[in-house]
Amino acid sequence: MSDTKTATGGTLLTPFNMVAGLILLVGSVITVLRFTGGLGAVSNLSDYNPWGLWIGFDLLVGVALAAGGFVTSAACYIFGLKRYHSAVRPAILTAFLGYALVVFALHYDVGRPWRLPYPFIVQPGTTSLLFEVGACVALYLTVLFIEYTPAALEWLGLKRARSIVVKLTLLLTIFGVVLSTLHQSSLGALYLIAPSKLHPLWYSGYLPVYFFISAIIAGLSMVIFEGSLAHKHFHDKMDETHLAEADGVTLGFGKAAAFVLFGYFVIKVIGLAVDNNWHYLTTGWGVWYLFEIVGFVLLPCYLYAIGARDKNVKLIRRTSGLAVLGIVLNRLNISLIAFNYHLPSSERYVPHWMEIGITLFVVTIGVLVYRFIVTHMPILYEHPDFKEDH
Amino acid sequence: MEGQIVTLQDFMYSTKSITYLVIVAALILFPIFWRFLTSRDE
Repeated sequence: MSDTKTATGGTLLTPFNMVAGLILLVGSVITVLRFTGGLGAVSNLSDYNPWGLWIGFDLLVGVALAAGGFVTSAACYIFGLKRYHSAVRPAILTAFLGYALVVFALHYDVGRPWRLPYPFIVQPGTTSLLFEVGACVALYLTVLFIEYTPAALEWLGLKRARSIVVKLTLLLTIFGVVLSTLHQSSLGALYLIAPSKLHPLWYSGYLPVYFFISAIIAGLSMVIFEGSLAHKHFHDKMDETHLAEADGVTLGFGKAAAFVLFGYFVIKVIGLAVDNNWHYLTTGWGVWYLFEIVGFVLLPCYLYAIGARDKNVKLIRRTSGLAVLGIVLNRLNISLIAFNYHLPSSERYVPHWMEIGITLFVVTIGVLVYRFIVTHMPILYEHPDFKEDH
Repeated sequence: MEGQIVTLQDFMYSTKSITYLVIVAALILFPIFWRFLTSRDE
């Protein structure tokens, strides 16, 4: 059984590895089916529902939850909140992997990967929102890659290259904030084209604003959530600085998230008032809308506020999970659940199991790559050779 | 017919009125919420 042992003597046959291996195996088979048999072979996508789970979850949720990168780096490098410095690298890594997987997952939807650069070289389409999203995601993925490279360069021992990249930090952070503001809101703006398809409670002229503000909430919550998972599973990889700053990051980000959630709730109410949609609240869709707003906006807002006020780190960490779920629910409501709400149930879109399989496949790749990088590179600790640079 | 929305003018008058009230309420609630959030800070 020596072949199932790792270099450190641990076994490879852990429950996590076996489940991840099974998902990767099934995902690989579905990938072959998708690229040989087309969309119809593996999905329930149709002319009524050309955008399904892969856009609703892999793209919209993926981009929103990756917002922690620009939120954390802006807090640290633009607003000068250096006490959150230890959270920057994990947040940048999560964002980089999130965006990389968004682009990876997009290939399943779009097909013909060699045509990915077409918007830039064949058909400029500069008036298209999709072009704007594509351009921003491509540029921001590049920015995130460069922002992440110091960790990899430290790991590889390339001091000179690292010192050049580190000098670009502020410039990259400003680029990141600008690009994120543009494409996070543009993803919401994509749905402005479908006022008759999206239920009025979710449709609003303020959709771009909702998407951007909720992305900030997602970013703050994801940094707390990912931090709590890292504490649980990679505690031994964290240095003293990281451990000492962790509670401060959680409390500070929890407080910020409470305030932004409060603001988000206010602009949601303003959206209802502007469009005079109050009467929909008493319908079945209204109950579902109130479930989202009360359960995943007001409740986390209140819990974050109580946690920040009482310095209850555990409460804030648990609330971050609720807030992340809220973002998932919001994006799925807009892209799938309340979309085409007027269609009979026979015409409604329900994801094929193979679509869910690809989504699990993509998420699993992200978790495995994150685990590899965190266990090998200085993400949760400062590299001893560069301590004075931080 | 009083209170019924018939024209665009009625619609704008009604929705703008409520929106302004919501904004005024929000402007009052924001500082209160902020004080609640930070009152135990050192």
